Amino acid sequence: MSVPRYWREIPRRSRLEAAKCKDCGAVVYPPRCRCAKCGSVEFEAYRLPETGTLVTYTIVRNPPKWFEKASPYIIGLVKLEDGTTIMSQITDIEPEEVKAGIPVEAVLRKVMEDGDSGIIEYAIKFRPRL
Amino acid sequence: MRKVAIVGAGMTKVDKHWRRSLKELFGEAGTAALSGCGAPKVDALIVGNMCASDLSDQNNIGSLLADYLGMNPTTAYRVEAACGSGGAAFLAAYTAVASGIYDVVLTGGVEKLTDGVGGNTTFSLGKAADAEYELFYGASFVSLNALIMRHYMGFYGVPREAFADLSVMMHRNGSKNPFAQLPFEIKRETVLNSDMISDPITLFDCAPVGDGAAAVVLCPLEDAKRYSDAYVEVAGVAGASDTINIASRDDLLTFRSTVVAADRAYRMARVTPSDIDVAEIHDTFTITGAISLEDLGFCERGKFHKMMENGAFEPGGLVAINPSGGLKSRGHPVGATGAYQIAEIFLQLTGRAGRMQVPDATVGLAQNIGGSGSCAFVSILRRG
Repeated sequence: MSVPRYWREIPRRSRLEAAKCKDCGAVVYPPRCRCAKCGSVEFEAYRLPETGTLVTYTIVRNPPKWFEKASPYIIGLVKLEDGTTIMSQITDIEPEEVKAGIPVEAVLRKVMEDGDSGIIEYAIKFRPRL
Repeated sequence: MRKVAIVGAGMTKVDKHWRRSLKELFGEAGTAALSGCGAPKVDALIVGNMCASDLSDQNNIGSLLADYLGMNPTTAYRVEAACGSGGAAFLAAYTAVASGIYDVVLTGGVEKLTDGVGGNTTFSLGKAADAEYELFYGASFVSLNALIMRHYMGFYGVPREAFADLSVMMHRNGSKNPFAQLPFEIKRETVLNSDMISDPITLFDCAPVGDGAAAVVLCPLEDAKRYSDAYVEVAGVAGASDTINIASRDDLLTFRSTVVAADRAYRMARVTPSDIDVAEIHDTFTITGAISLEDLGFCERGKFHKMMENGAFEPGGLVAINPSGGLKSRGHPVGATGAYQIAEIFLQLTGRAGRMQVPDATVGLAQNIGGSGSCAFVSILRRG
């Protein structure tokens, strides 16, 4: 991944910055340029809550090539306190212990290293709530 | 708008075609489709393909194939909508003929997945998902569907075995298909005991990786008899889209793109789900097949396994589902799959489906999904 491509998504992937429709209040993550609910193009900055519940998960055992060293790892959909659903990795828990419905919280973690000389990518993952 | 007919179809066996290239595969399918209708002059070639730029280092597929098939200087281009590329190309070809701009259009799809090395194929297929908000986190294409399957099982209380039975049905059908990649029957235990790929999806919940090409020839309905006595009318065709990442959807357990595309196609063809005699549905994974049965209006939500127990999806039942074996057994050469489905329905409606033949099939449907339901294309064909 190119450095600019990684860098320009940092507000969303590392700070959970979303957008809120100024007209209908819909929260959009990742942000869109037009609201699918009401058609408005007016948004304001909105920070997603950092806690939520694990809705569903899977354990990736046949990963894409850049993630081979990390396998097996957990991918999940988390429903945050405000109802927004977000995908990320679930961390700090063994694959055999994870369950749908557990409370989780956001934590900034390394996602992967892009080869021996590429950038090290960080983003929000979710861990069982402490 | 003119009415449109299909007058010829061709396909290769889906397989790991180590000795054959992308253009050779489409050459076979395209030539077979054309020779079935008197080898007419082709005004345009519109072909679906997803992975050639990743796995075969080749873009500009339209020119490559027009050149190989000796069709220059025809109009030629590729359509890409991930696994829905074949269905999308068919929609584009239909539009081209219906509008009157072109008379004879060769459309189809081709995919050469075995040119990928190591994890390249998995990575390339994953690009159907949201690169920044799904792939970034290590999600594979299988894992996205696994998220949906676990949620489905929990929400409806459908047992895991029910999904295995869907795979068993596809293999039973596909065992009669000379073009199938995996033409053999399996048992429920085969699915349950196969390797875990992304919990709860095991290897035999998944369509295999394979190469293939399929093609059909379109022309104005009023000209169809000039090319062939065996033709079908394209009665309805539509596409629809949904969010590219699954996290953004209000309901994980339906593919809105299929629901909307099907509704548009049913209305265009003036039919309802109960009028469909035979359907080729997009069962990339068993969960995708189950949700598609519901989204197309063939069964109530969370009840596909009850319907299967009554033989609803067998020939002679409510609607014959995937007599070809579907993606699971016929195979899933991604950008070609939508073209296979349409070619198979064409064979069914013209009574030439051999051991797969559904008796008296008059109206057929093909449903082709791209991504994890982020796009869908539904086509309804009627016997001419």
